[in-house]
Amino acid sequence: MSAVSFLAIDPLLEGDFLWTPLLIVLVKVLVVFVVGLVATMLMVWFERKAIAGMQNRVGPNKAGPFGLLQTLADGIKLFFKEDLLPERADKFVFRLAPYLSFVPAFLAFAIIPLGGDFRDGNGGLVTWFGQTTRVQLADPPVGVLFALAISSIAVYGIMLAGWSSGSKYPLLGSVRASAQMVSYEASLGLSLAAVILVCGTLSTSGIVNAQSSLGSWNLVATGVVPFLIFLVSATAELNRPPFDLVEAEQELVGGFNTEYSSIRFALFFLAEFMNTITMSALIVTLFFGGPQPITIGGTSLDIPLVPNGLEGTVWLLLKVLVFLYIYVWFRGTLPRFRYDQLMDLGWKFLIPASLGWFMLLAGQRLADDREWDQWIVMPLSLAVITLAFAMMQLAFRASDRNREAEGVQF
Amino acid sequence: MDLFVFVCAAIMVLVGALGVVLRSNPVHAALSMILTLFGVAVLFVAREANFLAAVQVIVYAGAIVVLFLFVIMLLGVDRAEDLRAEPLGNIQRPLALVLGVGMFAVLAGAIVRSRESLRFRGEGVDTATLEDADGNIRQIARSIFGDYVVAFELTSVLLIVAVVGTVVLARRRKSERTPS
Repeated sequence: MSAVSFLAIDPLLEGDFLWTPLLIVLVKVLVVFVVGLVATMLMVWFERKAIAGMQNRVGPNKAGPFGLLQTLADGIKLFFKEDLLPERADKFVFRLAPYLSFVPAFLAFAIIPLGGDFRDGNGGLVTWFGQTTRVQLADPPVGVLFALAISSIAVYGIMLAGWSSGSKYPLLGSVRASAQMVSYEASLGLSLAAVILVCGTLSTSGIVNAQSSLGSWNLVATGVVPFLIFLVSATAELNRPPFDLVEAEQELVGGFNTEYSSIRFALFFLAEFMNTITMSALIVTLFFGGPQPITIGGTSLDIPLVPNGLEGTVWLLLKVLVFLYIYVWFRGTLPRFRYDQLMDLGWKFLIPASLGWFMLLAGQRLADDREWDQWIVMPLSLAVITLAFAMMQLAFRASDRNREAEGVQF
Repeated sequence: MDLFVFVCAAIMVLVGALGVVLRSNPVHAALSMILTLFGVAVLFVAREANFLAAVQVIVYAGAIVVLFLFVIMLLGVDRAEDLRAEPLGNIQRPLALVLGVGMFAVLAGAIVRSRESLRFRGEGVDTATLEDADGNIRQIARSIFGDYVVAFELTSVLLIVAVVGTVVLARRRKSERTPS
């Protein structure tokens, strides 16, 4: 065992300590960080421009070509503003909270496969300067669980920001946030479990490698439902519209970040958009084959003029852009959920549905292993799940009746 | 390298543990607990138990301490407690001292005695390698869902019982309810 091998399963880190791998890793860290920052900047611009288009406005168009530098201007403005520290704030936690929000946002980006050659069983390995490696910062053996762990840490930033402000509305915002994020974490994890079940591995590069053609993309292989659940849960986890109750301006002034100004506010802002990008990239990695090209029946689409080594990155970029647009689209079209609707959707629909679908997939695989007749197993498991669902609905109806009898009103 | 990681993680664990006991502000105590949990997770990773480390962070740091903080915030006990008032009564403090010292003695004795037997290692487990990244997880799954499945299921029943019990306790009975 070399000293660093437990950090990631990457051929680069196997064997003796050498300077070239160390330099490659350092360059990777730098590139991932810079790409994250620049992508965030462009994402803010993209969101403002796209939403302006949807609302028949022009959007930012003064700073730089097409207003591209608007975010930079905003960032500089925030940087030079006065940094306010509320008198009733818990000083240490108030200063700590933005970093607890910002650091996880960038950490999660480390496990996304950003490119590489996944064709012909290459497994995404590329050779740089005589060293074989993957085009991703880290490929820990627990892969997607790392993403879950990071997203469960991200809640602290928002929660502590609201609490430490020592003010009423931020506290309400952060209490909402923590309840929402903890609730939706469950359905996020359960729909992720379906992907892990189908791919048989936790590592992100392994998951991408398993999706070598359009038919084996997890979107199809897991049967669409886990993807839909993941998309909804991810939106709730990101606190993006229509689940942005954390910063509902009409009810909470500005939400958890009301008391923040200057660079600390900028960090929250940055973290929010970085999280959106990371989550889109994670969705693409899990369900849409990541950097894999679109392959139908053995022939894969080839982007002209782009060398094969870079093609994976281009595919990833295209797919991620689709999801970034979908998130902006959500914001442009969907009204915000009410709090009880949010909780009902999470606990009474998404969690049971993802659990039921997971059981269905597991049953199907078990039948496959034992060579049972699928035509008997599948209808039978569907019948069991329908029965369970009906019983659950009956239970909900009974509890609703009890509540009405007790005179509880919503 | 191993020693360096161990020392860093051990410092995290100890500082966090002391923080939980010594900080008078409950939110700070909960934050110290997160530090401890992360230190333990780092120790797990250093022993190549990646799965345990991830689960440690997801379940304990990501869910349980969040619930602690949630309760602290909702109940509004987030102000530092007044330690001059004796909250524990007269007998509890000496009793706690005796129990604490006793516990410490038992643990220290156990560690000293087991120094000999620690040298004998059990059957090793396969850790993750380049060829088989999921070996570690597969072995955990085999023991949880294979060898010890009854114990595992019983534990989950225990949790369900605890949840149902809490709900029953938290619900007021119809007769106690004041008409609104």
